[in-house]
Amino acid sequence: MTTTRDKFGRPIVVVTGMGVVTSLGSGKTDNWKKLTAGESGIRTITRFPTDGLKTTMAGTVDFVPVEPFSSTDLGERLGELVAEEAIAQAGIGTKGDFPGPLFLAVAPVEVEWPQRQELGRAIGPATEIDYDAMLRVSGGGRYTEYHRRFLFGSVADHLAEAFGTKGSPISLSTACASGASAIQLGVEAIRRGEADAALCVATDGSVNPEALVRFSLLSALSTHNEPPQAAVRPFSKNRDGFVMAEGAGALVLESLEAATARGAAILGIVAGCGELADSFHRTRSSPDGKPIIGCVRNALADAGIVSDQIDYINAHGTGTPENDRMEYLGISSVFGERAKQIPVSSNKSMVGHTLSAAGAVEAVFSLLTLEHQRIPPTINYEIPDPAIPFDVVPNKARDARVTTVMSNSFGFGGQNASLVLTREPV
Amino acid sequence: MTETKSSTEVWITGIGLATSLGEGLDAHWEALKQHRINVDEKGFAPCVVHPWAQINLDAQIPKKGDQRQMEAWQRIGTYAAGLALESAGVKGNHEILARMDMIVAAGGGERDLAVDSNILNMEAKGNSAPGFLNERLMNDLRPTLFLAQLSNLLAGNIAIVHGVTGSSRTFMGEEAAGVDAVRIALARIAAGQSDIALIGGSQNGERKDLLVLYEFGGFNLKNKFAPVWARGEPGGFALGSGGAFLVIESKAHAEARGAKPFARLVNVVADMARRKHAGEVTSTLEKLWAKLGKIDSKAAIITGATGVEPATSEERAFLKAHAEFPVRASGTMFGHTMEAQFPLGLALAALSLSRGALFPPDGTSATEVEMSARPSQIVVIGTGHWRGEGMALVEAIK
Repeated sequence: MTTTRDKFGRPIVVVTGMGVVTSLGSGKTDNWKKLTAGESGIRTITRFPTDGLKTTMAGTVDFVPVEPFSSTDLGERLGELVAEEAIAQAGIGTKGDFPGPLFLAVAPVEVEWPQRQELGRAIGPATEIDYDAMLRVSGGGRYTEYHRRFLFGSVADHLAEAFGTKGSPISLSTACASGASAIQLGVEAIRRGEADAALCVATDGSVNPEALVRFSLLSALSTHNEPPQAAVRPFSKNRDGFVMAEGAGALVLESLEAATARGAAILGIVAGCGELADSFHRTRSSPDGKPIIGCVRNALADAGIVSDQIDYINAHGTGTPENDRMEYLGISSVFGERAKQIPVSSNKSMVGHTLSAAGAVEAVFSLLTLEHQRIPPTINYEIPDPAIPFDVVPNKARDARVTTVMSNSFGFGGQNASLVLTREPV
Repeated sequence: MTETKSSTEVWITGIGLATSLGEGLDAHWEALKQHRINVDEKGFAPCVVHPWAQINLDAQIPKKGDQRQMEAWQRIGTYAAGLALESAGVKGNHEILARMDMIVAAGGGERDLAVDSNILNMEAKGNSAPGFLNERLMNDLRPTLFLAQLSNLLAGNIAIVHGVTGSSRTFMGEEAAGVDAVRIALARIAAGQSDIALIGGSQNGERKDLLVLYEFGGFNLKNKFAPVWARGEPGGFALGSGGAFLVIESKAHAEARGAKPFARLVNVVADMARRKHAGEVTSTLEKLWAKLGKIDSKAAIITGATGVEPATSEERAFLKAHAEFPVRASGTMFGHTMEAQFPLGLALAALSLSRGALFPPDGTSATEVEMSARPSQIVVIGTGHWRGEGMALVEAIK
C-alpha cells in the first residue's frame, strides 16, 4: 500500500499523458528521436518575405497547415494536437469529455496584419485610411468571425469545447514562463482537492512579421542567419540571442490516487513548483540574481527536497547573453560547487524558444529524460563561455541516471517559474 | 462547474479604484450616491465610451520614466493597484509585498494608430513590394511599444512600481479573466497556499483599436448613452475606462497586522456555458447561485451586465426569479471595463457593505429598485458579453 499524499500531506500530482509539437516534428516519438540526435528545427523563414529583417530564421511549424494563416489559428491547432496526444496516452474520460479543468498558456491574442489589411482593402484607395475609417467598415456582421477569433479567450474557448473540459477555462500569460505556470495552476488545483485531473496546455504559433520585428527591436534575437541550424548557441561565448519558435506541449495531470484507482500508467510526478517575480526591469533580471535564486529555492522547498537531490537541470537557456549569464548566477548560488558538475542542457538549442509554450514543451522533454534515462544535449556548443562553467551536455546526448529534474522558465516582465519533476514520489 | 468553498476566512482589506468617476473611495462613494456618469458620445462617435478621469499619475507612479514605458491601460491599472495597496496599509511594506501574490486580469495589445494607418495608406497607394511591411515596422515601431502591448506587463509594471513580487500571474480572456483571477486567488488563500494577494484589472476604453475588435461582433453602444437595462435590441456596451484592484488576505493574516476589513469574500464560482441554445446563460447563473452559499434576506446584487443581447436579457430573466434582491448594474455608471468589470463589482460591493448602504438605483428601470435596509451581503455577477459566467458572495463583517 503506497501513500497517495506527499510529505506535506497534499495529494501527490502525477503525469499520465503528454503531447508535444515543435519545429522538430509532431509527437513524443519523433521529437525525442531528433532531440537526442542533436538535430535542429531552426530554418530559414518561408512563411512570409523576410526582406529588410535582421533575423530571417525561426523554428516554425510549417508542417501543420493552417489556412488562412494567423498566429492564433496556428497556436490553437497546435494546442489541439498536443491535447489529443496527451489525452489519448492518458486514456482518461471519453472523447470530448475530459473530467477536469483546462489551464492554457497562450500568447496574447491580437488582430494581425492580414485582417488589418483586409479592412484597408474594404475601405478602398479613394479614402484616407485611419482607425475611424476602419471602425466604419468593421460592423454590419461582415467580420463577425474576427471577433470570435481575436478575443483573448478564444483559444481556450475552442479547446474547452473540443475536449469537454470542466468549468471556466483559464487562459494565462506569464510571458516565457507561461507553460510552467499552466502546469503550476493544474498542480495547485489538484492539491486543493478541487479536481482529480487537469489538462495543462501551452501553445505558441507566433512567428509572424510583427512579432519578429518586436523582438528584433528589443535586440533579443540572434542574427546568426547562416546556417540557421547553428543560430541558437546557449551558454556559448559567441551566443547572440534567442530564436523564435513555435510549438506546444500538454500534460494530463491527475492525483496519484485517481490515477491509481483507474489503473493509469504513471509517467512521472510534478513534485514541486516555484515562482517569484522580479521588480528590477521590464526585460532584464535583477543583477544580484535574487529573484531567480528565490524561485529555484521555492521550487525545491515546495517539493520538500534539497538541491543535492536534483540530478539534471533542463535550463531556460535561451542563448541571449543576459539570460544565460543570469541563469548561471542563479543556479550556482543555489547549487554551489555542484553547479559545475550537474548536467544542465538547453532544449532551445534545437527547437528554439517556443515562448508561451516553452515551459510545457520542456516539461515534456524533462519527463522523457526521466523515462529514457538519457539527457538531450545542448547543440552548437563550440566555444564555451568561461564565465558559465556548466556541464552543458555538449552536442551529444548522454545516458545518465536521472531521478529528479529541475526545469526552469524565465520571462519578460520579471516572470520566473521552476518545476521539479521526478520518476517516483519524493 | 468550478467551485471554491472557503475553509479559511478571507477578508477584503484594500480597494483601489481609478475610473471615469475619479479616484479613491470617497470620490467614488459620492459619485455613486449622486448617480454621476462620465460619458463621451462625441470623441469616438458613433461609439459611446466612458473616458478616464483626469488623474495626476505622479501620486502612484512617481517616476516619469515608468509612466513613459507604459500605455494607458497599464498606467490606469498600475495607478489603481497602488491605491489598493495604500488602502490596505501595505504600500511600501517590503516584507509583505515581497511575499504578496498577484493575479492580474489583462487584455493588452494597445496599437500605435498612426503607424498602422500610415502603413495601410501606403499599401493602398501601391506599396506592395515583398518586405514593405517589414521595413515599415522595423523603422516605425517604438521598441518599447511591445512592452506596453504584452498582457503580462501590467503585472510586470505593478511589480516594478509598487514592489509586489511574491508571484505574478496574468489571466486573459475578457470578462472571465476577472472572475477567475479572484476565484483562484481566493482558493489559494482558503487552502493555505497563500496569505495575501493583489487582484484586479484595468482597461482604457478610449481606444479605437479595441472599438474595432468589438465592432466586428456588433457590440458597441452607438450614438446615445442609455442605462444598461434600457438598451433594447441589439443592445451594446459603452467601453469603460478604469482600474479596479483589491487586496484580499486571510483573516488571521489581517488581524496579525492590525488591518481593518471592508468585507468578507465568502465564495467565487464560475462556469462557461456554450450558449448554443436560448436560456443557457439563465440556467448557468441559476446553478452558480445555488453553489454560492446561504443568501440572507438583506442581500443585494451588483452585476457587470454588459447591455449586450441576448446575454443581458438572459441575465435579467435570472434576476427576475430573484426579484426580492435589489440590483445595480455597474455598467450604467462605469461602462464596460471588460477584464476589470468583475473586480470593479467586488470593489463596489465591499465599499457598499463597509459604508452600510447600497448606492441608489439608475432611476429609470424596473430592474433596479431602492434599498433602504443595510445590506448584509452582496452577490457580484459577471456575465461575459460572449462567454463566461461568474458570481461572488461578499459579506458585511459585523
